[in-house]
Amino acid sequence: MAKRFTFRSLKKTALILATIAFSMVSFFTLSSQNETEALNEETTYCLSCHGHETYEINDTITGEYAKLKMFKELQIDLLKFRQSTHGEFKCTDCHSSDFEDFPHPFSAKAEASYLCIDCHGDDEDYASYHFDTIEQEYLKSVHVTEKGDDFSCWNCHNPHAYKLTDKTPGQLGNRIAENNSVCLDCHGNINSYNSLIGREKTDLIKSHEWLPNQPLHFSRVRCIDCHAATHDSILVAHMVLPAEDAVKNCVECHSTNSILWGSLYKHQAMTTRNELGFYNGMITNEAYIIGANRNYYLNIISIVIFILVVIGIAIHATLRYIYRHKKHAK
Amino acid sequence: MPNKRIYLYPVWIRLWHTINAILMVMLILSGLSMQYSNPNYPLIRFDLAVKMHNISGILITVFFLYFLLAIIFNWAGKFYRMPLKGYSKRLLKQVKYYMFGIFRGEKAYFPVNEERKFNPIQLLSYNLIQFVAVPLVIITGWALLFPETIVLNFFGYSGILLTSLLHVIMGFFISIFLIIHLYFITVGHSVTSNLKSIVTGYHDIDEEDSVATQTENSTTLQNNDTHKT
Repeated sequence: MAKRFTFRSLKKTALILATIAFSMVSFFTLSSQNETEALNEETTYCLSCHGHETYEINDTITGEYAKLKMFKELQIDLLKFRQSTHGEFKCTDCHSSDFEDFPHPFSAKAEASYLCIDCHGDDEDYASYHFDTIEQEYLKSVHVTEKGDDFSCWNCHNPHAYKLTDKTPGQLGNRIAENNSVCLDCHGNINSYNSLIGREKTDLIKSHEWLPNQPLHFSRVRCIDCHAATHDSILVAHMVLPAEDAVKNCVECHSTNSILWGSLYKHQAMTTRNELGFYNGMITNEAYIIGANRNYYLNIISIVIFILVVIGIAIHATLRYIYRHKKHAK
Repeated sequence: MPNKRIYLYPVWIRLWHTINAILMVMLILSGLSMQYSNPNYPLIRFDLAVKMHNISGILITVFFLYFLLAIIFNWAGKFYRMPLKGYSKRLLKQVKYYMFGIFRGEKAYFPVNEERKFNPIQLLSYNLIQFVAVPLVIITGWALLFPETIVLNFFGYSGILLTSLLHVIMGFFISIFLIIHLYFITVGHSVTSNLKSIVTGYHDIDEEDSVATQTENSTTLQNNDTHKT
């Protein structure tokens, strides 16, 4: 006789399953907690100095203490680091383990730091980002051709705070602001610009005076949309151009074939392309670009109305002409 | 044949009409040039079109206010009054005239005289253009000149996008009005008589259509009465 499922047997099974599930969750939580603890321990140790504006050292012989300033470039914001794409790394994952000694030995300081391509090149997990192409494009950029080894990925991207921008609809304004802040860190800051370039900073407001409605352009378009050459396989252009090669022709953006579809709106262009063509999939509700956002249906309706009016007038005029001649003939 | 001359278009209205016409044409051309901008076939270079559109837009606002004040404080305001009682019948009558009567050389049902400048179709279209389309195009135009004043999100749609759409749609209606308006220059006693009128200010009418002699014509009297209500 087949065994009957009773409420009691069901209850028993559920209890066993719940116990297994609970122990699995506890196991993984505990093991990940251990990892986090280890991670926190090392990071906390490093950040006890690098997480503050000042740090203290003591002379082991005299026992004297001194409070020193931690240079801004060496300060790490713990919260930003944790939220960044690299936030789960330990400091020594990227930096020499010699840094664990204090004061840091010269060997640690002299060691060249990793660049993006050192970890991300040839990595299948990141193949879609095309880091190799980014590297090639970057090497052609004016930053490299002008500054050579004085310039690296880290001049623009802070590895301790870097995270992918939010590309969801509605976030365009924030994405633009975040992206432009990278350029403005140097080009909008007289001190950083001077220390890197060694000459007087260009007045951005003056050099962009030709641009109508400047504040709107600055808040709705990224610097790189005009100042960098795009590449088909990468999402964000890295070949920053010399100022004189930047886009200065309005219709390059303000037309249906707008270059913005390949730069600022590339992500949306790839995800919302539809049968009506790019520019209609692009009526994103987030921006209106004169000459580029044309409503397909309104276009059709307006052309039809225009043709009907012209035909109507032509018929009316012809009939008037015919009747008038008939009348004259009579 | 017309046998009476009335002074229908005083200098102030001819001046406004001429300036308005020039500015409207400039706005339509520069507007089209921007809306359908094409790097290979530029009608007007984009940056020039933007400047031209902005300057003409500001000027047309000034002249629109001038027109508004003039018709409010001047005798011309009465021509725009549109009594709704029996209006649809009068409109239909005028439509019929333009569709049939005009070819047969019938006499206009609502001829121009000292008291009536516009027939029912003109009355409706001029009122819609001057008091709906033009104000809307001016308001949206000024908003687009200062886009930071536009509400960012309107029930899920970009405020700038909606404002632009309204601006472009109204601009389109004004353009269509202009085409028909230009054609109607030719619908006078002769092909050029309406054009001469707007240049000289004098309009030739039939003696019998004149308000002074209307009592002799019962049809005109009837029309005139409905107009006055």
